[in-house]
Amino acid sequence: MSEPLRGVIVSHAAVAQALLAAVAAITGVNDALVPVSNDGCDTGALAERLTQAIGGKPAVLFVDLPGGSCLTSSVRLARGKTDMAVVTGVNLAMLLDFVFHRDLLPADAARRAAEAGSRAIRTPAA
Amino acid sequence: MSIALYRIDDRLIHGQVVVGWGKPLNVGFIVLVDDAVRASTWEQELYRMGVPAGIDVVFASTAEALACLPDWKRDPRVGLLVTGDIDTLATLAGDSQRVPRINLGGLHHRPGRAPRLRYVYLSDVEAAQLKALAARGIEVTAQDVPTAPPVPLEDFT
Repeated sequence: MSEPLRGVIVSHAAVAQALLAAVAAITGVNDALVPVSNDGCDTGALAERLTQAIGGKPAVLFVDLPGGSCLTSSVRLARGKTDMAVVTGVNLAMLLDFVFHRDLLPADAARRAAEAGSRAIRTPAA
Repeated sequence: MSIALYRIDDRLIHGQVVVGWGKPLNVGFIVLVDDAVRASTWEQELYRMGVPAGIDVVFASTAEALACLPDWKRDPRVGLLVTGDIDTLATLAGDSQRVPRINLGGLHHRPGRAPRLRYVYLSDVEAAQLKALAARGIEVTAQDVPTAPPVPLEDFT
């Protein structure tokens, strides 16, 4: 794939913006992710925000919850498109992995990100 | 029990409905009344994804909801009914005997609508519809989450 994937973080309130700031602070990568909040949106308005954030480029949509308006709008938009994939349960670990693996196909990048995010969830002895 | 909440929310089933209201009300079933969603199994799966396993989801058309509302009201579990627009709930309401109160949970910006509250945008026609429902004896308030105070209709129309 010639063009690196774009990551779009789709969240309630300011979670997406905060995750983007954290990724930039840790990696120095500023151009891989775009934040989208569902604040004040019905499904139509959120779809417009998402379309604008995706910008017609191949993308992975990182959604905060596995249900709700962020998910429904994202899945509707990605349905039937090979240049778009959706991951739910976004966390910082999956985004950190994603920004360094943007040369994959969207579906492969989504699977890889989901695995990286899952591996980060632990209950270490304290 | 009965239907504990009749909600108008253009996001239909989402976090505020399932978690915000569903948890404190101990909801056992959610009825989504929407003709378009009722006609699409794919859309239904999408909305079901956000609902925990212990809560049943019923997808109904407006006509089906009119027929089934008495059964849902007799259900021993706590129910929550949501529609995406005022028209649908007004059709169901008929009079205050069927729907005693309406919760406006989210109607967002569209052309022709003006902001009334942070999460309620209404056209003049929609505001008049809500006033007409109130005139039938139905209590109409806006309240996005249960921890927020309900806002009486007269305060935003």
